[in-house]
Amino acid sequence: MSAGVELCNVTKRFGAMTAVDNVSLRIEPGEFLTLLGPSGCGKTTMLRMIAGFDVPTSGAIRVGGEDVTALPPYRRPVNQVFQSYALFPHLSVAENVGFGLRMQGVAKGEAAERIAQAIELVSLAGLGERRPHQLSGGQKQRVALARALVCRPKVLLLDEPLSALDAKLRHAMQLELKQLQRRLGMTFVFVTHDQEEALTMSDRIAIVNRGRIEQFGSAHEIYHRPATAFAADFVGQANLLEAEFVRRENGTVRVKLSGGLELVLSAATWPDDTAKALISIRPEKIHVSKQPVQAENVFAARVEEEVFKGALDHLILVTPGGARLNAVAANESALLEAIHAGDQVFCGLHASDLVVVRA
Amino acid sequence: MDPLASPAAPDAKSLPSDHRRARWRAWLLLTPMVLWLVAFVVVPTAILLVYSFCERDELGRVVFSFTWENYQRVLDPVYLRIFGRSIGYAALTTVICVVVGFPVAYCIGRASEAWRQRLLLLVMVPFWTSFLIRTYAWITILKEEGLLNGALSALSIVHAPLDLLYTPSAVVIGLVYAYLPFMILPIYGSVEKIDGALIEAAHDLGAGPLRVFTSVIIPLTLPGIAAGTLLVFVPAIGMFAVTDLLGGAQVPLIGNVIQNQFMQARDWPFGAALGMVFMLLFAVSYGLILRFRREETA
Ligand SMILES: Nc1ncnc2c1ncn2[C@@H]1O[C@H](COP(=O)(O)OP(=O)(O)OP(=O)(O)O)[C@@H](O)[C@H]1O
Ligand SMILES: [Mg+2]
Repeated sequence: MSAGVELCNVTKRFGAMTAVDNVSLRIEPGEFLTLLGPSGCGKTTMLRMIAGFDVPTSGAIRVGGEDVTALPPYRRPVNQVFQSYALFPHLSVAENVGFGLRMQGVAKGEAAERIAQAIELVSLAGLGERRPHQLSGGQKQRVALARALVCRPKVLLLDEPLSALDAKLRHAMQLELKQLQRRLGMTFVFVTHDQEEALTMSDRIAIVNRGRIEQFGSAHEIYHRPATAFAADFVGQANLLEAEFVRRENGTVRVKLSGGLELVLSAATWPDDTAKALISIRPEKIHVSKQPVQAENVFAARVEEEVFKGALDHLILVTPGGARLNAVAANESALLEAIHAGDQVFCGLHASDLVVVRA
Repeated sequence: MDPLASPAAPDAKSLPSDHRRARWRAWLLLTPMVLWLVAFVVVPTAILLVYSFCERDELGRVVFSFTWENYQRVLDPVYLRIFGRSIGYAALTTVICVVVGFPVAYCIGRASEAWRQRLLLLVMVPFWTSFLIRTYAWITILKEEGLLNGALSALSIVHAPLDLLYTPSAVVIGLVYAYLPFMILPIYGSVEKIDGALIEAAHDLGAGPLRVFTSVIIPLTLPGIAAGTLLVFVPAIGMFAVTDLLGGAQVPLIGNVIQNQFMQARDWPFGAALGMVFMLLFAVSYGLILRFRREETA
């Protein structure tokens, strides 16, 4: 059985430093929740408080409706995969995986079976007799994962468990973890600073910045409707532009950017009685072409720089008014369509792809 | 054996020349230590070995010959009993040192950086004073009208002064006092190396404080305990100053007997034979502990 987790006004201070600042968060049972944020923003600290290694300075933590704020880690129905693996060097892989079962007093026969299953699950079959120092970084991470999973916790906490893997293995493990979580129906609280990883795996994402939660929502919401400038920038490096209210038109609002460029956006996103606001434009929403394009907003621009990124070209565009925009274009194989630095291009932008964000 | 050969190194002939030069330089750097070992360990041991097969004349001079007689005397029940007693005292000392030293070493090892330095200094402070002087100080503490009895009767814990000095207890107290730092330091070394995340991981997996101690901390500090045992047990067998001063020659240990042969009895060949047997014991226990440690890390 999985359980939900609730943080109620949780604050954690280390001396004068506030690592977690009055955070309230409700994680549903069986949910894959990701804490996403830059280094040092307090993700590990939040996880450590759920696991019980750090005690909140104030606030309460509930797991499965039960207040666990005062419980020591070994009495909580949660297990953690540590950022540093923390494998026991004096025990073999199998003994590491079986440690939790031994502590719970699971019978030998059953334990052996579950250990074998868990090792199989993380594709480490045949390595059960090895010691941790005989494993690669990625293998250690998988042992750490198996060691936590085998205990069948109600909530599994994962602190950047895939950071040591190469890109290919990481992608494979991301999908595997996600499938595993679905199959077990276990609540996962996953920490990462990799936005792509968060978008791939999560049911919901909490964007953490300086100990606070900036935005909490599904991957779609976070991506399409960033609430704050930080969220828009951290996930997908959106263009953030100052916009000035010009007038309302039927169902849309016309705004003027600092460079003089005028755009229309959905009226719903523009707060009433606001003269100025920050708008976010995702680079990949700007339709760049050498041919004229169709959209609510069409403007010309010059390509200042082109950075080859494999499947995509990263472009820096400058509008006649001097505004700079990041955009991406698919790497066309036809030479005529290929876009290079110095080219004049047409840009199309749909009104619904412009989002007003809080500073 | 070549101390510089690493298991992966190819044999010397195929080494490139700068490799070989580096090796020569290493040997050169080791020269002072090798000379020191030869002068103060190898040569004296060889002399002892030769003496142990010699005889002595009436004046106590060593007469060169070849006899097993000295070794036969070692097997005399009187001396075997003393050997046994020495081992017993050393074992008791070692056990007490582990029991007392482990918590101390553990606390120091898990203290904050600043405190660790201060506490370690406290462990070392006794070394600033000569060992003999410190052992004499214990006489003042343990004697009939000494500090300990004074304190105990002032607190009305005892009414008649305890008979402490010149008893086996005094010898054990003295031995523990002498060797405790040699137990604390290596255990501290392995406690300090334990990654705090391992203790957290054990807690996370459902181990309470006691289980963490028995399943994680003890196994990870075993190398330190083994090293401490080596540093305490072996020298404690041969200690003679403590038994002389605090035991009042009531409980002679093997160290006293050996010292006696060389000084008062002037029977150097027999003393040498006792010394050789003692060294053999040392080598055997050292080998056992090393083997135990190898099994631990393998
Ligand atoms: N024990 C501690 N004492 C003092 N400050 C701490 C302690 N633990 C964490 N901090 C501080 O709290 C802040 C949050 O740390 P935390 O480890 O939660 O960051 P994080 O989001 O996990 O970062 P990363 O992605 O780099 O792992 C940091 O500024 C850190 O320096
Ligand atoms: Mg962290």
